Amino acid sequence: MSIELMTGNEAIARGVYEAGIRFAAAYPGTPSTEILETVAGWKDAVIAEWAPNEKVALESAFGFSIAGGRAFASMKQVGLNVASDPLFSMAYTGCNGALVVVTADEPGIHSSQTEQDNRYYAKMAKVPMLEPSDSQECKEMVLEAVRLSEQYKTPVLIRMTTRVCHSKGLVEIGERQEAPACAYEKDIWQYTTMPAVSKKLRVEIEERLARLRAVSEESRFNHIEWNDKKIGIMTSGISYQYAKESFQESASYLKIGFSFPLPMDKIRAFAKEVDTLYVIEETEPYLEEQVKAAGISCIGREKLTGVGELSVAILDKELRGVETTSLPIEEERLVARPPALCAGCPHRPVFYELAKRRDIIVSGDIGCYGLGAMPPLNGVDTILCMGASVSGAHGMAKAIETYGLNKKAVSVIGDSTFFHSGMTSLLDTIYNKSQAVTIILDNRITGMTGHQDHPGTGYTAQGDATREADIETIVKALGIQDVRKINPLDMELLRETLDWAFELDGPAVIITRWPCALKKMSQKDQTEFGTYFTKCAVDAKKCVGCKLCTKCGCPALRFDKEEGKASIDQVQCLGCMVCAQICPKDAISEVK
Amino acid sequence: MNGVKSILLAGVGGQGTILASRLLTIGLLEMGHDVKMSEIHGMSQRGGSVTTQVRFGKKICAPTIGIGGADLLVSFEEMETYRWLSYIKPDGKVIMNDYRIPSAPILSGQADYPEGLKEEIQKKADLQIIDAAKMAMEIGQPKAMNVVLLGALVGSMDLMSVDWEKIIRENVRPQFVEGNLKAFRRGMDSVRAGEAHGI
Repeated sequence: MSIELMTGNEAIARGVYEAGIRFAAAYPGTPSTEILETVAGWKDAVIAEWAPNEKVALESAFGFSIAGGRAFASMKQVGLNVASDPLFSMAYTGCNGALVVVTADEPGIHSSQTEQDNRYYAKMAKVPMLEPSDSQECKEMVLEAVRLSEQYKTPVLIRMTTRVCHSKGLVEIGERQEAPACAYEKDIWQYTTMPAVSKKLRVEIEERLARLRAVSEESRFNHIEWNDKKIGIMTSGISYQYAKESFQESASYLKIGFSFPLPMDKIRAFAKEVDTLYVIEETEPYLEEQVKAAGISCIGREKLTGVGELSVAILDKELRGVETTSLPIEEERLVARPPALCAGCPHRPVFYELAKRRDIIVSGDIGCYGLGAMPPLNGVDTILCMGASVSGAHGMAKAIETYGLNKKAVSVIGDSTFFHSGMTSLLDTIYNKSQAVTIILDNRITGMTGHQDHPGTGYTAQGDATREADIETIVKALGIQDVRKINPLDMELLRETLDWAFELDGPAVIITRWPCALKKMSQKDQTEFGTYFTKCAVDAKKCVGCKLCTKCGCPALRFDKEEGKASIDQVQCLGCMVCAQICPKDAISEVK
Repeated sequence: MNGVKSILLAGVGGQGTILASRLLTIGLLEMGHDVKMSEIHGMSQRGGSVTTQVRFGKKICAPTIGIGGADLLVSFEEMETYRWLSYIKPDGKVIMNDYRIPSAPILSGQADYPEGLKEEIQKKADLQIIDAAKMAMEIGQPKAMNVVLLGALVGSMDLMSVDWEKIIRENVRPQFVEGNLKAFRRGMDSVRAGEAHGI
């Protein structure tokens, strides 16, 4: 048996492979993205698909399962918000072949909108949940989830967090176990959710949960490690690792890996044996509430806040009274290093031009282009969730109309986000007669999560060529007549197009089509966009030191205060010519 | 925990901290250690401050290093060294690349690159400065600064019991193997020859 160092995400993928799962679907989202990317590598064994959004991913996994196959879907925590509708209903219908769902939560909000604890989804939707605390458990829990799912005919949720997803640990490699398809038999009293059916299934769900509670009591993933009994620690996920490192052998542990339904008898027995019971968990008091509701006294939230990530040092300090000594630094001496849109990013000129217009409200969306809200670009007013830019701008446009405000509502949305949930929002703008302008930033790839294909790229997750969804055709089919497709790097054209859209009475769409600066160009891309990359440089004799070029926030631009001149880093510059078009003195030009 | 060592690698997105950490973990595994490594992907990468955390020993629990937890900070950039200094143990060591990458507010002239940080760091910690950028340039491998630093780390922590050159050969894309080998040797030699220096 071989052992490999793997991230939690890679280990989940390994579990998918070994468990004989034949279908996996996902929408990219940090920290879950690499799960499907890894699964996609086993092309002969598993169908791996990027779905347009998480709801579609989960519903197609459901369909595969009902037809008899073993299916899997993964998503980030806010992705499960999108997919919560099928999740809740599939707890009723149950599944046929195994159906395993991964949610990857983000305590600490490294790359998300919210710090939410998706363990409550298991409780609310009434589906069993497993919670791994390292890479080895990630793999084992997929195998266990498949077993549970087929035995109890229920979808199973696996809840990870960033530190489990993106930390590497050793994993034992096993063989893939192929499984025949489960027989499908038509049964509308099981597989539909008509009210009369749901009423019957509602009772069965409770019966199933009672049986699962018994399984949880016996599960090897809910285990006790006896040490000193003065302190007992109940914990799950990555918090278990922090607790073990902080308390070592000085406490006993009840490690919860099967975390819905909870093994209340085991918890009660453990609590009885220890003098003080600590519950250590990140984000919400999910375990603590249930322990306290059962009349068991414990200490959790009194000592540990739910905001941000836990760490060994926090446990040392708050629970053991041991302050970690460290070297003090003066924070004020540091200059911030905020992330920025890349050099050559085709979104930059759009935000630069939008920010110059004072009479607009810009409704933004989820993607790299959220950075367009940051100084010096300041080109976005609001960011909510995937797809909300277009519908948000519709609401803004209605408010502007209602109250006679002297504003125009504009939305900016990326190509992948448009396919995710922008299309239905755009339909609203035409159906309900909006004045909003929609800008679709089509950079030909899912950018922020590291370049995943989507319906508009012409390639599948497993690299096969496929029918390319054309955004312009979709927009027109929705009923929008005023559509223009432009190259955003041509800033004069960009300004003219914005002027045109802002003058119209009805909804208008501008598609800015140019590839992400980091995109590995396909043959099709090269034919369409050529290989334009060159370099720009500043003519110091012409530069008057006005700093206007730096207002576009390009990381390749520098300004030397002593010299009073701008310059361009030749390693980073891609020759997009945006700064050259901004310079009022024509001091920036292409290096020949 | 007894015998557990923690190494924090800090730099700026795009400097190659992840490749250096990946090679490091492979070597540590071959040495028979339990190893965990942690990193953050996503939005934080776009030119922002990045770290990877490597922990090794008999049995590792937490994959992350908290304040005051690292035995060694290997920093790829001067200001980042100071940013992450509180993460080393009070008796921890620092290996610092003598290299500056101005951040966005500095580039656009809104702030100045802070001066005197090296002095401040040396006052507080055991600081070894490596001219990895210059060394990489001299051997004709300007992009292999990360592997020069990996060599310095291996030399400095006395992790020479495995065949690092074999690890590089097997885990780096073929066209970069020779360059990375040169860079690794240069980094390791620099520590052995006492080229690493204070201010």
